[in-house]
Amino acid sequence: MALDDTKKIKNFKVVGTRPNRPDGIDKVTGRARFGADIVAPGMLTGRILRSPHAHARIVKIDTSKAEALPGVKAVVTRADFGDVPEHVADVMDNCLAGAKALYDGHAVAAIAANSVAVARKALKLIEVEYEVLPHVTDVDEAMKPGAPVLHEGRQQETVPEGLSGNVIARSEFGHGDIEAGLKQADRVVERTYRTGATHQGYIEPHACLATMSADGQGDLWVCTQGHYMVRNVCAAILGMEQGQLRVTASEIGGGFGGKTVVFLEPVALMLAKKSGRPVKMVMSRSEVLRATGPTASSSIDVRIGMKTDGRITAAFAELRYQGGAYPGSPVDMGSMSAFAPYDLENVKTVGWDVVSNRPKAAAYRAPGAPMAAFAVESAIDELAKGFGLDPLAVRLMNGAKEGTKASYGPTYPAIGLMATLEAAHTHPHWTAPLGENQGRGVACGFWFNFGGDTCVSLNVTPDGTVTVSEGNPDIGGSRASMTMMAAEELGIPYDQVRTVIADTGSLGQNEVTDGSRVTFAVGLATIEAARAAKREMCKRAAMIWGIDADAVEWEEGAARPAGPNAGKFPPMTLKEIAAIASNTGGPIAGHHEVNAEGAGVSFGTHMVDVEVDPDTGATKILRYTVFQDAGRAVHPAYVEGQFQGGAVQGIGWALNEEYIYGEDGILQNAGFLDYRIPVASDLPMIDTVILEIPNPGHPYGVRGVGETPIVPPLAAVANAVSAAAGVRMTRLPMSPPRVLAAIHEAARG
Amino acid sequence: MRYEAPQDVEAAVRILAAEQGAYVLAGGTDLLVKLRSEMVEPDVIVDIKRIAGMKAVMPEAGGWRIGAAVSGAEMGEHAGLVAAWPGVVEAAGLIGSTQVQGRATLAGNLCNASPAADSVPAIVAAEAVVRVVGPKGTRDVAVIDIPKSPGKTSLGAGEFIASVFLPARGARSGDAYLRFIPRTEMDIAVVGCGISLSLDAAGKVAAARVALGAVGPKVMLVDAAAEAIVGRALDEAALADLAAVCSKAATPIDDKRGTVDFRRHVAGVLARRAAVIAEARAKGEKA
Repeated sequence: MALDDTKKIKNFKVVGTRPNRPDGIDKVTGRARFGADIVAPGMLTGRILRSPHAHARIVKIDTSKAEALPGVKAVVTRADFGDVPEHVADVMDNCLAGAKALYDGHAVAAIAANSVAVARKALKLIEVEYEVLPHVTDVDEAMKPGAPVLHEGRQQETVPEGLSGNVIARSEFGHGDIEAGLKQADRVVERTYRTGATHQGYIEPHACLATMSADGQGDLWVCTQGHYMVRNVCAAILGMEQGQLRVTASEIGGGFGGKTVVFLEPVALMLAKKSGRPVKMVMSRSEVLRATGPTASSSIDVRIGMKTDGRITAAFAELRYQGGAYPGSPVDMGSMSAFAPYDLENVKTVGWDVVSNRPKAAAYRAPGAPMAAFAVESAIDELAKGFGLDPLAVRLMNGAKEGTKASYGPTYPAIGLMATLEAAHTHPHWTAPLGENQGRGVACGFWFNFGGDTCVSLNVTPDGTVTVSEGNPDIGGSRASMTMMAAEELGIPYDQVRTVIADTGSLGQNEVTDGSRVTFAVGLATIEAARAAKREMCKRAAMIWGIDADAVEWEEGAARPAGPNAGKFPPMTLKEIAAIASNTGGPIAGHHEVNAEGAGVSFGTHMVDVEVDPDTGATKILRYTVFQDAGRAVHPAYVEGQFQGGAVQGIGWALNEEYIYGEDGILQNAGFLDYRIPVASDLPMIDTVILEIPNPGHPYGVRGVGETPIVPPLAAVANAVSAAAGVRMTRLPMSPPRVLAAIHEAARG
Repeated sequence: MRYEAPQDVEAAVRILAAEQGAYVLAGGTDLLVKLRSEMVEPDVIVDIKRIAGMKAVMPEAGGWRIGAAVSGAEMGEHAGLVAAWPGVVEAAGLIGSTQVQGRATLAGNLCNASPAADSVPAIVAAEAVVRVVGPKGTRDVAVIDIPKSPGKTSLGAGEFIASVFLPARGARSGDAYLRFIPRTEMDIAVVGCGISLSLDAAGKVAAARVALGAVGPKVMLVDAAAEAIVGRALDEAALADLAAVCSKAATPIDDKRGTVDFRRHVAGVLARRAAVIAEARAKGEKA
């Protein structure tokens, strides 16, 4: 049905244009309310006491002195929560440590006080007795037998004997015969690649305001990527019914996956419950870096065989990801995406999920995929260059297309990889001349994309304007996109529609903003909700005209008789129908509820030129072009923004960003000075080329675009730096000291 | 926590001398960050900006006296300073962001006593002298003697820096400061190098001062580096010697910002590049 709908739309009027975003004025004037901007009368300041140790048994916590301090209204430790359901046990333990503190910064206790000064003082009065334990923060070290073990009894049956208890799970994907394929190769590249752990680096720290009434009804205002998830998880942890907790999402200053889990919220609710007062909690930047959810660091072995003509005969990767203190690193998604851009006869990945004494990894934009792509795309680049082949031509030769059986199982429908490669190959960037110490790199990337539970309500007001209520925070311009799709479908102007983010009491379940799902799934539900409203409006017009509802159609914002046999009536516009709705049956609304499938995978190809200073190892990004399939770009400016943002975060990951732990297991760079995300002056304008290969699973052909753009840049930049420096870089970040050391080592031979 | 804004030096010194937990506020770009990140808990903050002369740049004995509260941005807009000491002005101009530049001061950068402070190698190379005021009166101190170790200065109880004096220097002089950072701005020096030199009529180096930052517990003046180039034209051989001496003089540590090998090597690279710029300026060329 969806495909037919797509064909029916010949000329979009709103979709594909670039209107101002409806939330723009508030955001540029500072009026928008973010997490820390919410206040309530009588509210207290909540603060967290954090572990100064990487790994320690918590022998005793004495809160009596803190509780006795005037102005302290509540002190909370894990003991206040009792037993929680198993599916939220790790989340609970991460929010407040139980038997052990598992990483530097792990929350141990919390207080609520009537001023910041009292709160600070009270934290110092909490006495925690620790038994410090040996720790491990490196993934390869954590896997060794004899490494300090974080959890007993968590290892799954998939893990063979002889490995540390930190190895939680092993996964395997692929098809064909690797060894046979490698025998057919003219050359095999076998290398180990490493990537550092990076943080999403969202500008807004986590913040929330919690209240809890005496009868057990809770309200929570929070900066999150998914307030329904916050409701469900907090309710489970606090033993509440979900309907008793209403969660309202604030504006959000970035998330990139890092705000798809809770850290402060259950603690804030417990402090509110104990104190009987509203409690506000805001993390500092240092807390964000130490104790939220960065991505995994990785260690990856790759073996790829290639014929002299560029054909890949076999491809193997073994991926080891440490995902912090609890099971669930994104290694499976890394494994599944590693070879997804290629049509391979013999392909296999083995993935290892490993825990270590670091904060639990959260999602970060295409979780797990960028590091896998770094390893695979580096090896392919090395092979192509070794044979003197054009690296884009090699990818065109081996690239996946409609009908390709993907390395992770499914057979692809219409996909856009080839279109991005062809666009890259014919783009002037590809043939632009390079100077001394300069190099060019290319790489491909893939992301699955996702749909999930979605619920949208569209209401027509009496004056004929339209309100769309949806349940996902506006993190990348989604109010604008939903408004555009509703306007398109209804045939009314963009400014006649307003989209609001509803609280959890107003709509059914909505999946968090993840998997690049919102423009796809919420868009789909918005279009279907608009169609439901149109059906209702056609019915009302039919009633007035005294004809069958089937004999009325909706076109250009008005109900019209469907053909000459239906009778001759002047069209009734949306405004006209809305004005008399009360007399024709009452208010008009449309809604749609769905677990959206058919998200449509997405591919991109990135091209980058760099210059490496051979005397300092510093890399300058000279030129960067992103080619990606968007299915259909609803608001092209925001699609371009996603492409650019992904590329920039990838550049940071490639060049400087990294969690640096000392021998003591303490994070050494918990601030934006030494955790170096790129600044504007580090970057050229990121050029973008939007390809549109419609997704058959969406009425307008939309594919998610938010995550794919962070997948190729690590490899693209590494390939460019390797070319410029004349030495293959296999470890990220390629910080100046590492690049200079590699140059010097190569010079020594 | 109290805030005081005395109108004269004496009043400021009285408060600073009387209270242990007193902190001087000029630009505040270090103090406020430390306050917000809960590294310090002052009892009283003494704002010196209302004291006469603190915001002034005055000519004196052929040189320039810069008040303790003059910001980097004000220095950058002062034609006389820019003409006389472009390296010092550039170094001060590298501190923080555009917003920080409106507040950050030379004296504050010096009193923060970071070995990586950007302006300090430049003013050490310039042979600047600071005027220290305190309970025992006024004294002039060479810049190199102010920082003692990371975060610690030689200032006594109740003392603060009232001004920085950049002395007069002869014709055919120029200075330059370069730092290495992994980014292009908003960063802290992994290595810094300030050079001030004068040329003789034949274009050979008549006098030079070379200072390195972030390669030891405090900014260091490298006499051997000056000796390596004085009396020579800055040709390839002289520059190579300068670089080698600076690399050797550096005593860095391995830390999150860089390795020993990296810092030693880059100290030489920056010295060579800064010397070329300072020489061009001394010759009156644009650099």
